Amino acid sequence: MGKIVNDFAENKDIAKKIRVEIIMPALSKGDEVVLDFYGVSGATQSFIHALISDPIRKLKDVAFDNLMYQNANNDIREIISMVYRYMQESLDMNKDEE
Amino acid sequence: MKIFLSNQGNLRNFKSFARSLDLSNPDKLVISTHDKWVTVHPANLVVAAALAIQAGKKNTEIIGKVPETGRYLDRMGLYELTKTPSPFIYHKKEEAGRFVPIKIIKTSADQSRFITDVIPLLHLSEENAIVVKYIIGELVRNVLEHSFAKDGAIVAAQYYKKTNRVSIGICDTGIGIWKSINTYWHPKNDIDAIKLALVPGITGTTRREGGTSENAGAGLFFIKSIAKITRNYFVIYSGSAQYTLLKHKKRIKGLPRLYADPNRDPHSETNTVPRFQGTLVAVDLSLDETPEFNYLLSNIGDIYDKSIRERKRAKYMTPKFI
Repeated sequence: MGKIVNDFAENKDIAKKIRVEIIMPALSKGDEVVLDFYGVSGATQSFIHALISDPIRKLKDVAFDNLMYQNANNDIREIISMVYRYMQESLDMNKDEE
Repeated sequence: MKIFLSNQGNLRNFKSFARSLDLSNPDKLVISTHDKWVTVHPANLVVAAALAIQAGKKNTEIIGKVPETGRYLDRMGLYELTKTPSPFIYHKKEEAGRFVPIKIIKTSADQSRFITDVIPLLHLSEENAIVVKYIIGELVRNVLEHSFAKDGAIVAAQYYKKTNRVSIGICDTGIGIWKSINTYWHPKNDIDAIKLALVPGITGTTRREGGTSENAGAGLFFIKSIAKITRNYFVIYSGSAQYTLLKHKKRIKGLPRLYADPNRDPHSETNTVPRFQGTLVAVDLSLDETPEFNYLLSNIGDIYDKSIRERKRAKYMTPKFI
């Protein structure tokens, strides 16, 4: 990731590109995906949301089981965890409404 | 249009600045200043810059006696957006300081370059720089994605050594918050639209909880929360409305409490300021009061979760007692 997003990950266009071109196809095939944050000092919630919310919403357990994060510092871990929490809350909620 | 830059240009007084704006005749802009002393917050500066860009350089001028402190307008790049030549002569090197002059960001690539190359001009510690990058990253992205502003996002920032504070202003002349959020939420007026946009999980792109693949509706709530925890002002001005988060008093010990509902925060609001076609967001950040960013994120995240759970609970069926 560090090579693609530079020091601070805020560009959602790049997040979308990674999601659409790498994460979703790999997860859909049942492959594991490791997102390596080496060299990334921070990220916005919007960036992380654009990166992983769709896999969680669409692939649910496949995403939970096969998406992994490496070299994420505490701030990035906090944001990823937050996205996991609210996406799961909203999955339950939207399911209730369906 | 007419803008007066006073000697009290800070976020506490932003409402007075907004009230003093004359936004009639958008093809022409006249800027004047206090004749003895001018103090300009980046918020005032980016509003002036955004309107100057909209009116065009040849239709924008700075008139009247501009005091010596007005050289700040020059070094921040305001004169360059007007047909008025700067009366100030100085070596720009001497004026090098910890500020980000007016910048125009039109694409996400511009934004990334700005974050990488320009924010270091503030010479902040790594920890503080992350917070500033976060704020600017989220706010500029909002403009690029939701405002449909042809002139992009206008950004300026200043570090104040005396108070160890960073002030940031971001402005656009796009569709404004009401129009941006109206497709899905139908707020009845501009102030309702602003307050709706501040609620965590509310985005102008869907009514679905969790947002879309691109938007979660968390950006403005995060920035307001950062301002609150660091005991600072936060201002949004769009349409005829203005919302100001008031400074959390220092005598109140402990971490300021965060609320999902912006009505619960100490704030001032109005729906009767001159109609501004666009959006301004401005925030101050006291570096002395800024806790570990991780701690800040954790607190904000908790409220975000709580907000979703509360909305969920509000939809529960209730027993029919007869």
